[in-house]
Amino acid sequence: MTVLGLRQLNSLADLERIRAELLSRRDPSTKSVHVCTGPGCAAKGSPKLYELFCEAAKQAGSEVQVQAKAVGCHGLCECGPIVLVQPGNIFYQRVEEPDVAEIFRETVLGGRVVKRLLYENPATGEKAETADKIPFYKLQKRIALAYNGLIDPTKITDYIAQGGYRGLGKVLSSMTSEEVISEVELAGLRGRGGGGFPTARKWRSCREADGSPKYVICNGDEGDPGAFMDRAIMEGNPHSIIEGMLIGAYAIGSEQGYIYVRNEYPLSVERLKEAIEQAKELGLLGENILGSSFFFDIRINRGGGAFVCGESTALMASLEGRPGEPRAKYVHTVESGFRGRPSNLNNVETWANVPHIINGGGQWFAGIGTEKSKGTKVFSLVGNVVNTGLVEVPMGITLRRMIDEIGGGIQDGKRFKAVQTGGPSGGCIPTEHLDTRVDFDELTKLGSMMGSGGMIVMDEDTCMVKVAKYFTNFLQKESCGKCTPCREGLSQMLYILDRITDGEGQVGDIERLEDLSEILEGTALCALGKTAANPVISTIRYFRDEYDAHILDRRCPAKECRGLFRYEIDPEACKACGICLKNCPADAITGEKKVPHVIDQKKCTLCGTCWEKCPFTAVLKV
Amino acid sequence: MAQEDNLIEQIVKRYDGDTGMLIPMMQDLQSECGYLPIEHLRYLGGRLKVPISRLYAVATFYSSFRLAPKGAHEVTLCMGTVCFLKGAPSISEAVCREFRVEPGGTTRDRLFTFQAVNCVGACAVAPVMIVDGKYYDGVTPASALEVLHGLAADKAAAEKEGEI
Repeated sequence: MTVLGLRQLNSLADLERIRAELLSRRDPSTKSVHVCTGPGCAAKGSPKLYELFCEAAKQAGSEVQVQAKAVGCHGLCECGPIVLVQPGNIFYQRVEEPDVAEIFRETVLGGRVVKRLLYENPATGEKAETADKIPFYKLQKRIALAYNGLIDPTKITDYIAQGGYRGLGKVLSSMTSEEVISEVELAGLRGRGGGGFPTARKWRSCREADGSPKYVICNGDEGDPGAFMDRAIMEGNPHSIIEGMLIGAYAIGSEQGYIYVRNEYPLSVERLKEAIEQAKELGLLGENILGSSFFFDIRINRGGGAFVCGESTALMASLEGRPGEPRAKYVHTVESGFRGRPSNLNNVETWANVPHIINGGGQWFAGIGTEKSKGTKVFSLVGNVVNTGLVEVPMGITLRRMIDEIGGGIQDGKRFKAVQTGGPSGGCIPTEHLDTRVDFDELTKLGSMMGSGGMIVMDEDTCMVKVAKYFTNFLQKESCGKCTPCREGLSQMLYILDRITDGEGQVGDIERLEDLSEILEGTALCALGKTAANPVISTIRYFRDEYDAHILDRRCPAKECRGLFRYEIDPEACKACGICLKNCPADAITGEKKVPHVIDQKKCTLCGTCWEKCPFTAVLKV
Repeated sequence: MAQEDNLIEQIVKRYDGDTGMLIPMMQDLQSECGYLPIEHLRYLGGRLKVPISRLYAVATFYSSFRLAPKGAHEVTLCMGTVCFLKGAPSISEAVCREFRVEPGGTTRDRLFTFQAVNCVGACAVAPVMIVDGKYYDGVTPASALEVLHGLAADKAAAEKEGEI
């Protein structure tokens, strides 16, 4: 017996027997409380809620069976912390510490719903008792996130009870490696990390490549700012990644795997480590897996905080203990990658899809999505949208439906301006293309890309030149410096963008940016460099008038770039309260009681204090 | 010196002296010491037969390594796209001005080390600041300063207690 109370599993039958036993041990009268401890809810204090529920469950005594579970991200982070009560799947949102006692007394013990903690549809005022009645969840289809929020990520038994490791069992007991690859090929799975390369083709190339040992690598270096899909999977359901890698390793003929996790995600490392330990205890990793001759082990490496390490060759350099500089890929990593051996790298979400494909069949998976982009994609839907959070949708849904129906539209009744997809390698998509279907090829046609799944919605108050500058600044800092176009080109582009947002843009600057972009795209060494100009090019393409306004009129239409707009006080709205006058650090505001205040434009330093402090929104940006 | 040698010997042993594991070794060293002391790096390089220049290249390439001691507290401000759009730059400005610190630097009294990082993956509740592992969501310049002044007040209180 091990600490898990389970023995080593020696066959698929063993696994099934354990699963049946776990299910039968479940007392149907047991009530359970699932507290989301994903990054959003955790930031809002959910770990404390979990402790309080555990405490309450302990105090409830032995008459009632109550179990509290800390689970992974539910997705609707905006309304966090989220707590689910079983039976009944009651969905509580914005739960605070004082609510714990009431939920426990009323719902867990009394079976009654606490109405005030339910989600309320802002359009209809209707309260939703369960998640499926909330518009945010209606259009979603969960595959990679299927068990997120249901299982305790620290317990392998929870994963096994849900049918976990069945895919591995099926593969080891009844499929050849070629059959596994064919199934993934039939599914049409493409890489979720951004490139969209067909997974099966990569696996086959690696399997057929000369050289051994072969390595299987999981890219958990989720570097795109504004994205946390992979984090949610690593922390919410780590075993799905391990199972995916095991199946891939079997298909490819690999005995050693690596998971490379971002330095900024310490909890992901912890969850994966626990999961690997538990899988080893049950004989699901190591030698003679499930009684077969298959051997596979996984190591975890933490990144060092370098964006470029998300690129496959840079990641492998980092795994070898060197600075993460990419190399030219005329020799593919599937032939010569990590330590010069055939290496197959896929990202977290790709791996997490694999067990579902084996269990459900390639045909089932291929039935979801569009002609060339199959299955679902997880997005982090964030920015100026009402319902921010993590969503998983079938490929082919339109951007409009994602933003309006799932996201609930723009915050504060403002107008939509653009949606940024694909992280620093992607672009900004304007209103006129909102009906585009989200898949790998359609987004690329618009000058953006799918990327790893960041979807950042921007409202009318966002300056698109500033957005382009943000990404260029990001990439310029993160450029590894190996190739000249990226190292020097981005610095020059940033210099020009700085000039434009400072009101010193020159006629011809847009063309200069376009020239530099063309050079980057054509000559940079790695994919990050080649796509680094996308934020600039896409904003020039769709928002050229904003660049023109900055350069020709010395004006920022979104009123974000300091110096390219003024602050004025609306005499109609001003109540002469004196708050702005007291707070102005430059003594630029004059006025007295009952007389509307005035800003002396000569003295004003454009710090914006009056605009922030005015309780009547009488200070305007003009 | 013997103690330092011992620490490095332990770390090297943990990874079977595999030079491919140089980064995890340096990460372990940093988590033990709080930073990468140059004597330790020299010893590690000698032990692995890797030139110090390569250790220095690794230490300066990856932003999580530091060659100078850090402050008593670790303050991380997220500069991801969403945090940026929702005002992270003004938070950074406010913190830098108030505590006379640069992003990446440590306050003169060693109270805290201030890091501005690319993205901490909590975008849905932006802007986000992390103090010693605790996440703060929806941060504003004022609320950030309040939290950090709290650290200073705690330190002052602790010192006072020590005097008594």
